[in-house]
Amino acid sequence: MVNWKFSKVITANALHEGDVVYLTKKGTWTSRLQLAHVFRIATEAEKKLYAARLKADQVVDVYLADVRRNDGEITPVHFRENFRQTGPSNYFHGKQNEI
Amino acid sequence: MYHYSEFDADFLTARNRQFRDQVARRITGALSEDEFKPLRLMNGLYLQLHAYMLRVAVPYGTLNSAQMDQLAMIAERWDKGYGHFTTRQNIQFNWPKLQDVPDILDALEKVQMHAVQTSGNTVRNVTADPLAGAAADEIEDPRPYAELIRQWSTDHPEFQFMPRKFKIAVSGSPQDRAVTKAHDIGLRVIKRGSEIGFEVFVGGGLGRTPMIGKTLCEFLPKSDLLPYIEAIISVWNLLGRRDNKYKSRIKVTVHEHGLDEIQHRVAERFAEIKPSFGGLDQSLLARVKACFEPPNFKSMNLKSFEATYAKDSSFRSWVDINITTHRNPNYAIAEISLKAHGQTPGDASSSQMRIIAQIARRYGHDELRINHTQNVILPHVHKADLPAVYEALQIANLTTANIGLISDIIACPGMDYCALATARSIPIAQRIALRFKELKLEHDIGPLKLKISGCINGCGHHHVGHIGILGLDRAGVENYQITLGGDEGEAAALGVRAGPGFSTDEIIPAIERLVMAYLQLRKNPQEIFLQTYRRVGLAPFKAALYPAANAPKDTV
Repeated sequence: MVNWKFSKVITANALHEGDVVYLTKKGTWTSRLQLAHVFRIATEAEKKLYAARLKADQVVDVYLADVRRNDGEITPVHFRENFRQTGPSNYFHGKQNEI
Repeated sequence: MYHYSEFDADFLTARNRQFRDQVARRITGALSEDEFKPLRLMNGLYLQLHAYMLRVAVPYGTLNSAQMDQLAMIAERWDKGYGHFTTRQNIQFNWPKLQDVPDILDALEKVQMHAVQTSGNTVRNVTADPLAGAAADEIEDPRPYAELIRQWSTDHPEFQFMPRKFKIAVSGSPQDRAVTKAHDIGLRVIKRGSEIGFEVFVGGGLGRTPMIGKTLCEFLPKSDLLPYIEAIISVWNLLGRRDNKYKSRIKVTVHEHGLDEIQHRVAERFAEIKPSFGGLDQSLLARVKACFEPPNFKSMNLKSFEATYAKDSSFRSWVDINITTHRNPNYAIAEISLKAHGQTPGDASSSQMRIIAQIARRYGHDELRINHTQNVILPHVHKADLPAVYEALQIANLTTANIGLISDIIACPGMDYCALATARSIPIAQRIALRFKELKLEHDIGPLKLKISGCINGCGHHHVGHIGILGLDRAGVENYQITLGGDEGEAAALGVRAGPGFSTDEIIPAIERLVMAYLQLRKNPQEIFLQTYRRVGLAPFKAALYPAANAPKDTV
């Protein structure tokens, strides 16, 4: 059952590079938040989270992060997640430069 | 400086080979993250917000030019062209890839460096006065003792899985430049009559439960140092709480059991283990001391220095602010500020590191130090060479004359990098520095230690800043609390929280109001911020910080 307040993506750090990644609908990992699958059903998200945590050779520190959809664009709810999807504010490094 | 023995080199080779194998097994999935995490942490490898972070030990903050050159090479080849010097005198690389880390560690090994015990529940990098061996007020060089502790604690089988991390700092001078009272163990060289020994502090620390270290032993003979430290740590290793990481540090153990009880237990343990050292520590110390002989100081005419000082106002300002008195009257201790206004505190690019290394080789007896304030120090420069050093530093934009001033800010990496952070530190430091540059007031303000931490763990030492800023997450918004009156020196004190926090937009004007209030309140320009605070107390500063709260309320 859809809970309209529930809106989360599954995120992690890639094992090799350490960079921030998101789970897509196909079950692959992407470095772009806009390609992430937004879960609206808690049980489905938790099932996928459990499965993702078993993929020890791909990702590290897998968790659910709150997002909003504004005009189709996915935006993080918390500022920490916003920094993760852009990069540091002191240098133009990380995703803001690489994507 | 100390050079590795065959034993040291073999240990490091074996350790690096072992970690290379562990990384390979992690990449193939043979090791899970739960299995791998403690292994990578033992080798200084963290996973941060955007990438892995490798913390490299700079033992007691001492480097030579070859080591600095190698750090520059690592930053360029495997990172993004810069490194970040920390409040524990280490350097951190923010962007290494997991598969490259074994190669980085091998590159470090070539210049006798490593990342062992820069994380984990072990004895961490031993820190020391960055002016060791050069300071005019020094009683005895603390580096041989720091090196002795480093050798004893590295891979010590009893102390690899302690309740929590353990930090030791050593100072050799009456003026405490090593923040000894904010360490688990602080050692301060003191003189009693003609005898030299240590005053031993225990249970200091910042973080969630900040405490100033207490005197455990007023005078410890030098020959008792290692068994006494071992006694302290082994007592805590048994008593320290493993059920709650927030109560596991020795400061909480001392607080819960009382100083008398800890003193009693340490004395008992000391008596038990002292004979087992059998003088080995003293023979090792003698060998180590031989590595720290003073450089061969040269004689040169000072006329060119005096002429440049008289005619060049920028050079004069740099000398007046960034130079400290050396024990040799013809020499100077030159501090290179890594705090150019608007730059990230503690960051140095590869090209800056290479220029610093060249200067150390040519003019600095091949010695460099990292200050806990996140600057680099040339401990031995002949005054006649200062104009040439200044000219070389200019090429790399390293002549900012702001040591000890308001823009010489300590800032932890904060939420721009750190996975534990609750708010950003770096942009706040950048904006404060730029604002006071714009006001052209920092030289008039004089000595003022401003320190910023991006979370309650306090890596930015905000508790002991004259002005401390703590970044927090308040209901999903960055919020900054101000503390006042902290002191990191021999009269160490914790700052007092001034009141409610400020938003990112409000914090810079708040600091400006605070400093303007100080300029109004000080008795004369010689009275520094901390002295004024101690004289007048919190109230007038609070009034400046929260003017609306003090304004007369409208009556209806």
